[in-house]
Amino acid sequence: MNDNTACKLPRRRTLGWVLLEFFGSMNLAITLLVVIAIASIIGTVLQQNQPYPDYVLKFGPFWFEVFRGLGLYDVYGAGWFIGILAFLIVSTSVCLYRQTPAMLRDMSRFRTQVQVRSLRGFHQCAEWRLPDRDPEAALAEVTDALRVHGYRWRVRDHGDHRVAAAMKGRCNRLGYLFTHAAVVVIGVGGLLDGNLWLKLKEWRGEIALETRDLAARDIPPASRLQPGAVPAFRGNVMLPEGAAANFVFLRLRDGYLLQELPFAIELRDFQVDYYDTGQPKSFASQVRIHDREHLGDQPLEATIRVNHPLTYRGHAIYQSDFGDGGSKLELRAWPLSGARREPVEIKGEVGGALKLTGPAGPLTLELDEFRLFNLLPEPDARPGDRKFRNFGPSVGFKLRDAAGEAREYLNYMTPVQLEGRWFYISGARSRPGDAFSFLHIPVDARNSPERFLRFNARLRDEDWLRNLLERSAPAGESPDFRRDLNLVRLNLVGLFAQGGFAAVSEKAKAVVPADRLREATALYLNILRDTLAEIFVEVLREEEVDVERNIGEGEEAFFNDAVSALAALPNYGTPFYLQLTGFQQVEASGLQVTHSRGTAVVYAGFAFLVTGIFIMFYTSHRRLWAWLAVEDGATRLVLAGAGNRRQTEFAREFAGLQTALARRLGPPEPSAVAVPAAEPPPPNAPVTGATAPHRSTL
Amino acid sequence: MAVTREAMLEQWEHLSRRPGPMVRDVLWGLLVAAGSGYAWLLYRPYMDGYEVAIQIGGTLALIAWGLYWKPARLFTLAVTTLTVLALWRYGADFELRKSDFLLKYFLESQAAFMWMSLLYVLATATYFAALFGRSEFAGATATALTWSATVMGLTGLLVRWRESYLLGADIGHIPVSNLYEVFILFALITALLYLFYEDRYRTRAMGGFVLLIISAAVGFLLWYTFDRQAHHIQPLIPALQSYWMKIHVPANFIGYGAFALAAMLGVAYLSRARAETRRPHGLLARALPPLELLDEVMYKAIALGFAAFTIATILGALWAAEAWGGYWSWDPKETWALIVWLNYAAWLHLRLTKGWRGAPMAWWAVIGLFVTLFAFLGVNMFLSGLHSYGSL
Repeated sequence: MNDNTACKLPRRRTLGWVLLEFFGSMNLAITLLVVIAIASIIGTVLQQNQPYPDYVLKFGPFWFEVFRGLGLYDVYGAGWFIGILAFLIVSTSVCLYRQTPAMLRDMSRFRTQVQVRSLRGFHQCAEWRLPDRDPEAALAEVTDALRVHGYRWRVRDHGDHRVAAAMKGRCNRLGYLFTHAAVVVIGVGGLLDGNLWLKLKEWRGEIALETRDLAARDIPPASRLQPGAVPAFRGNVMLPEGAAANFVFLRLRDGYLLQELPFAIELRDFQVDYYDTGQPKSFASQVRIHDREHLGDQPLEATIRVNHPLTYRGHAIYQSDFGDGGSKLELRAWPLSGARREPVEIKGEVGGALKLTGPAGPLTLELDEFRLFNLLPEPDARPGDRKFRNFGPSVGFKLRDAAGEAREYLNYMTPVQLEGRWFYISGARSRPGDAFSFLHIPVDARNSPERFLRFNARLRDEDWLRNLLERSAPAGESPDFRRDLNLVRLNLVGLFAQGGFAAVSEKAKAVVPADRLREATALYLNILRDTLAEIFVEVLREEEVDVERNIGEGEEAFFNDAVSALAALPNYGTPFYLQLTGFQQVEASGLQVTHSRGTAVVYAGFAFLVTGIFIMFYTSHRRLWAWLAVEDGATRLVLAGAGNRRQTEFAREFAGLQTALARRLGPPEPSAVAVPAAEPPPPNAPVTGATAPHRSTL
Repeated sequence: MAVTREAMLEQWEHLSRRPGPMVRDVLWGLLVAAGSGYAWLLYRPYMDGYEVAIQIGGTLALIAWGLYWKPARLFTLAVTTLTVLALWRYGADFELRKSDFLLKYFLESQAAFMWMSLLYVLATATYFAALFGRSEFAGATATALTWSATVMGLTGLLVRWRESYLLGADIGHIPVSNLYEVFILFALITALLYLFYEDRYRTRAMGGFVLLIISAAVGFLLWYTFDRQAHHIQPLIPALQSYWMKIHVPANFIGYGAFALAAMLGVAYLSRARAETRRPHGLLARALPPLELLDEVMYKAIALGFAAFTIATILGALWAAEAWGGYWSWDPKETWALIVWLNYAAWLHLRLTKGWRGAPMAWWAVIGLFVTLFAFLGVNMFLSGLHSYGSL
């Protein structure tokens, strides 16, 4: 702790001495504290233990390898980081080894060898000249006052003078021992619970990381750990409702190991409760522990919730995650790209894949996730409004073509109200990290996407279109004109259906001279819009809507929304719209199982640390000396002292002691009283000058 | 030293006088115990063992606080009175906050926080006015303003606690669950720590500096309220539903508050040290508290903060062992707590064993505030992790 505390070490500069000196030095300790602090930052800035491909994407192949070499993807498990921590433990241990004897000595020894000159140099010092008392009597008064103030003392007669050396609060020295021992204990306990054992086994070639995506039973023995193989682990397992497992997976770098458990966990039910606002209120797993050896045929029933783990045979089981355990979904695939209107009914399971036939070849439908609730920020709220809405169930899936290219989709089951109108919403994206771009399908009077889908199908039904346009072409014009106009209209609708408004303006750019482009495009768009409106009205007629009387604002808004959605379809990128029509949810619960032998050690360290810190800051090892001699026929008493902490309080105590002695012996000699302060302190002010410690007394 | 012997004796007498009459101490203890007992009778059916333990601990801590520091008693009484008044006005109807005069303009939590904000900002200005105008009266006013602000703030928090239950029995929780609520806690704790040192060291010269950081917190709070609507009471996510939150979060904020206080004293120290070299007879050099005093209070604050922060981090570890599968997960918040801890551990080593003093340590205390601030705010803003409930 203090460099100047006497250290009875051999003076010879042997290697051991040099090492001890190096490891025990304060400078090294402070450097290590700072180095650990800085090194720790890395792991907070760079997200740890992510899948390796993510890092490759982020850093590129070169830096990916460099960072991997440095262990930056698991900094806190990296050899060099553990090395620094171990260094701190060694350094603190050496410090303890060197200082403890001196500290203990300091606690027990009264320092009766003291020069009056050095006493007079103390901040807290007072002197009396006592003509009418002999040293014996004065000493009695002093020790009496010391007793009142809680000091213990030893008196030593040096012949020409006597010294009473007193102290109290020596347990302050224990503060040092406790805190520093705590650092060692916590460090050792933490290392016991870390990945050290796995690393050791890996290094000795006893285990090998598995990186393939295998079922638990197919994992080779080299990647399996028997119960008790390592003293500490922290693993995860995802259990669908009704399933059981007697193992967990330990993730390590870019692979994993399988840790077998001495018992099996069966998930009976997983439940999420919600507040009225829709936010989750609790996650709970009802589990059964099967352990023939210890429980016999009677499994242990328990509920595991967040903040309420289950501890069984030294293993703590936590609620840590949840997911889908293979929910059964019913889907309706509405064709988007052809004239066909009839949907196809599909049944599937989350996690499964289905073969579909698209217009451009076979497609694989991968059902990735199902969510019962989607609590999302209100779409038209200002940022920070913190308004949330439950958007209802959703299905996330991928459509993968024969070449392996996939697009990802997110479809909501129920219509969503936006700006007063209702839509079926489907998001699409072509890369995992991108934001979804959403398709808003307007909802018809029967609360279904059907009207829109029929509208869309009609746009792609050339015969039907031709037929309609023939009938609806303006009367009174020449047949040639009618034919040409219908051709234009048909072409425009075709372009729009294939490529949206962009295709129409592209076409205009290609065929119209630049100086008339704007005009012509506007004309094209007008014709297109009129034609679409006609088609839409015809679609309504087919629905047996009385179009002469019943077309109002609602239909108009629907038409506008439908046109917007149609314009967005070419970028939607799938030949189907998958409507989620039914589901049977099967949930899965992510459980974390930990086994840590070091916990008790670490907690003991915590207790040491807190005790030590309070002792260190809030007690003070105080020493007082009374030096007595006969000078010029009078007894001279010099009283001085110092504390290693809490100087203000000591100054106050010293002043109190002085007062007490002044009452018994008369006032001290004013000149010798040290009340040093930069300016005269206000009444009751602390004696601030007393803060500088006296190193000689530490 | 032109101090007469008599004066000195008198001062010694004064210094060594026994603190306060016994009767009042006993009365204080009985009063707190009675209040706590009444609350226990009222809420016993809703409390589990841990909560009873926390209540007993809290009661003892409150008694000890009042014994150790007298002004805490009046403060507690004022806060209790106002809170009880607010609860009485509320009854069981949350909507009264919009119609009841007393609630709407004073005691409803939002109103109380607005009062708190106003009073803290006024106090800051008044402290500086007192410092530069050398006015004893202005100083006393500033202290009174700070006390009032703190009373309003704590009342607001306690009322908000009740309001959360009025909003829905399953929503109710102690208001230390999100960034908005802990910012108020931060302001209150920093102010109380400051008031303690002001009282113990009999100087108001540090006030303006410390209140600056509180005013900054208030500024953030107002932005957070009006721009981000963060003041709405939200139900607790499952991860926070634990009795540990009641002790882990406040302990942490004693640490943060003390470190912030130390940093602001560091600023005062550096200002004075600079003024002393540049213009030794200027206003700043004369008005600011002496360097030794600043240095000592800075050390005391960091020592207290370090002790509280150690406890808070340990409590956090114990909680993590119950919620996250281990006492330590190297989650960004945990890691930054460790960084803060190591930083102040190094500071304390240098001061206690190497005897470092003065400007370097003051600078370090100021830098320490930025490290602390990052652990407190930056982690939630820039990094992702398990502590993701304080995001902006």
